[in-house]
Amino acid sequence: MADERKVCLSGTGVTKIYGFGRTRTLAVDHVDFKFYEGEVVSIVGESGSGKTTLAKMLLGLTSTTEGDIYFQGQKRDISTQKKRLEYWRNIQAIFQDPFSSYNIFNKIDAVLLDCIHMRGGRSFPRAKKIEMMTEACSFVNLKFDELTNKYPFELSGGQMQRLMIARIFLLMPKILIADEPTSMIDACSRATILDMLMGLRDEIGMTIIFITHDLGLAYYVSDSVYIMEHGKFVESGSADEVILHPKQAYTKRLISDVPKIYEEWDLSTV
Amino acid sequence: MGKTLLEVRELTTRYITRFGESVYAVDHVSLKVEEGKSLGIAGESGCGKSTLALSLMGYYFAPLHYMSGEIIIDGRNISGMKPDDVRKAILGKEIAYIPQAAMNALNPTQKVIRFVEDVIRAHDPSADKRAIYERACKLFETVGLPPQVLEKYPVELSGGMKQRTVIAISVLLSPKVLIADEPSSALDVTSQKMVIKMIKQLLHDGLVGSLIFITHELPLLYNVTDDIMVMYAGQIVEKGTAREAVFDPLHPYSKGLMGSIIVPEEGLREVKLTAIPGVPPNLKNPPSGCRFAERCKYVKPECIVMSVGLRNIEGGRAYRCIFSEKELREAYRNG
Repeated sequence: MADERKVCLSGTGVTKIYGFGRTRTLAVDHVDFKFYEGEVVSIVGESGSGKTTLAKMLLGLTSTTEGDIYFQGQKRDISTQKKRLEYWRNIQAIFQDPFSSYNIFNKIDAVLLDCIHMRGGRSFPRAKKIEMMTEACSFVNLKFDELTNKYPFELSGGQMQRLMIARIFLLMPKILIADEPTSMIDACSRATILDMLMGLRDEIGMTIIFITHDLGLAYYVSDSVYIMEHGKFVESGSADEVILHPKQAYTKRLISDVPKIYEEWDLSTV
Repeated sequence: MGKTLLEVRELTTRYITRFGESVYAVDHVSLKVEEGKSLGIAGESGCGKSTLALSLMGYYFAPLHYMSGEIIIDGRNISGMKPDDVRKAILGKEIAYIPQAAMNALNPTQKVIRFVEDVIRAHDPSADKRAIYERACKLFETVGLPPQVLEKYPVELSGGMKQRTVIAISVLLSPKVLIADEPSSALDVTSQKMVIKMIKQLLHDGLVGSLIFITHELPLLYNVTDDIMVMYAGQIVEKGTAREAVFDPLHPYSKGLMGSIIVPEEGLREVKLTAIPGVPPNLKNPPSGCRFAERCKYVKPECIVMSVGLRNIEGGRAYRCIFSEKELREAYRNG
C-alpha cells in the first residue's frame, strides 16, 4: 500500500559534530527521519542523547555538519536572512524554560503583534489586531484585557507557556517543535498545556514534534515515537509499538525507569 | 506501632510582605510520622508544600514567620526556639532538608570532602580530619557512591551524582527526619531512579529515622511513600495511605490531581486527561468558604460560604469537604 500521507519534514544522514580534535563530540550521528503532515512525533532520550541538538538543526538555529534536511519535499534553503524568515514562518518552537523565552523589555502586546506582523498583518487596522490577539489569548484561557500593558515576567510559568501557545495560534506554522514544553511546569498545568497543543493541532492541522525525556508524555500525545541514544535513533515506530512492546534494551530500560502506578516499579535495575 | 518521630500540631506560619500583609502559607497543619515510615506531600505549585517543609524545620527567617502550633521531634518541642539554637541543635542532627536544587549547595572551588568537614565541624568542632574522612567513606560505600567522589570537585560530577552526594552528606549525622523537597525533578528518569533508590535505602537501613517527600509527581510519590497528604492553598485537604490517595481519592482536588497522571502504561491513550481549571486562590485574602470551591466541579452554593474542617473517617483517613464520603463516591461515579 502506498503511503498517502504527505511528508512534511525529512532528513537523511543528518549529523552534528561539536568541537574538533580531542574535544570532538558527535552529538547527532547520521539520523534519517520522515515526519508526516498533521502527525505528532516524539523524540525521546535521556540527557545528552542529542535530542535538543537535533531540534536546533531542524529549526535552523544551528548548522548541520553533514546530511540534508528536506522541507515539503524540497531541500531546505536558509542561506539568506530572507529565506530563513520565510522558513520560520512555517516552523516554530516552544522551549523548555518559559522564563528565558521572552524579551524582558517587550510587553506582551508587542510579542503578539510581532506574530501578526510576521503573517503579513502589518497594515491591519488596530481594532482587527486587538480582535486577533483577544482570540488567540482566549484560545489558551488567558484574558487579553488583563495581559495588555503587562510584561511577560509578571506571569506565572504556566501562563507564560500558554502565551507561547497563543503566539503559535497566531502564527499558524506548518510544524511546531516543542522542546520539553512541560518539564518545568507542575503536573496539573501540564495536562492543560498538552490539551491546548492538541487542540491547536486539530485546529490548524500542524505537525508537532515533541522533544522530551518523559515517556509517559510521549506515549500520551504521539502517533509515532523515536528513541534516541548517543545521537542515534535506536528504535522508532508507532507509540503503541514502541512503548508497550519495546524491542531494544535501551528502550526497555528507559521505560522501566519511569515510576508507574499499576505495575511494580523495580528499583533493583540501577 | 512505631515510635512517633515527628509530630506537628496545628502549625500555622505566614509570610509578611513588604507592605505588611500576611500570607498564611501553612494553615493549621497537623501531621505525624513514625519511625521507619515515609509521608508524601502532594499538590500543585503555590500550594504551600515547600513552605511547609521550611516551617517543619523550625528555622524561620524573614519574610517567613512562625504564628502558632507545635513541632515535636522525638518528644522534644522545638516550636518557638530561636533560629540560632535551631541551627546548632536541630538542623542536620534531628532534621535534614534537601531542597530541589540541592546540588548547587556544593562549593565549586572546593573538593567534596571539604564540604563534609564543614558539616561535621559545625556540630563537633574538635572532629579530626582523618576520622571525618573515614566516616564519610563508610557512609558513601553503604549508600552505593564510590568514595573517590570525596576527592573530586563538583564540576567533575554529573547532576544526578551531585544530587546523591548532597543527600549522602545531609544524612551524615543520622537525622531523625529527612525532608526531601522535589529532590529529583531536575533530573532525567534514570538519575531520578538512582536518587529514589538511595533515599529508600537510607530509610530502610535506618540512616534516617523517617522521611517526608514532597513532589507534584504522583506516580513517583506513590512508589516512594507509605502515606500521602494532599495540600491545597496552605491546608491539608486529604490524608491517607498512598494506595488510597491514588486509587480512591475522596477530595475533589485530589481527584483532579489523579486525572492529570501520565504514565507509559497500557490504557493511558484511551484516558482523557482532565486538568483542573483555574489557579489556586491568592492567600492574601483566601476565600472564606471552601478554598477549592471556585475550581470545583461539584460545587454547591453552601461550599462558598461554609468553611470546612478536616473530617476524620475510619482507617485513619481524613478529607476536607462538606460532602460525606458516600455523596462524593456517588458524584465520582456519575462523572
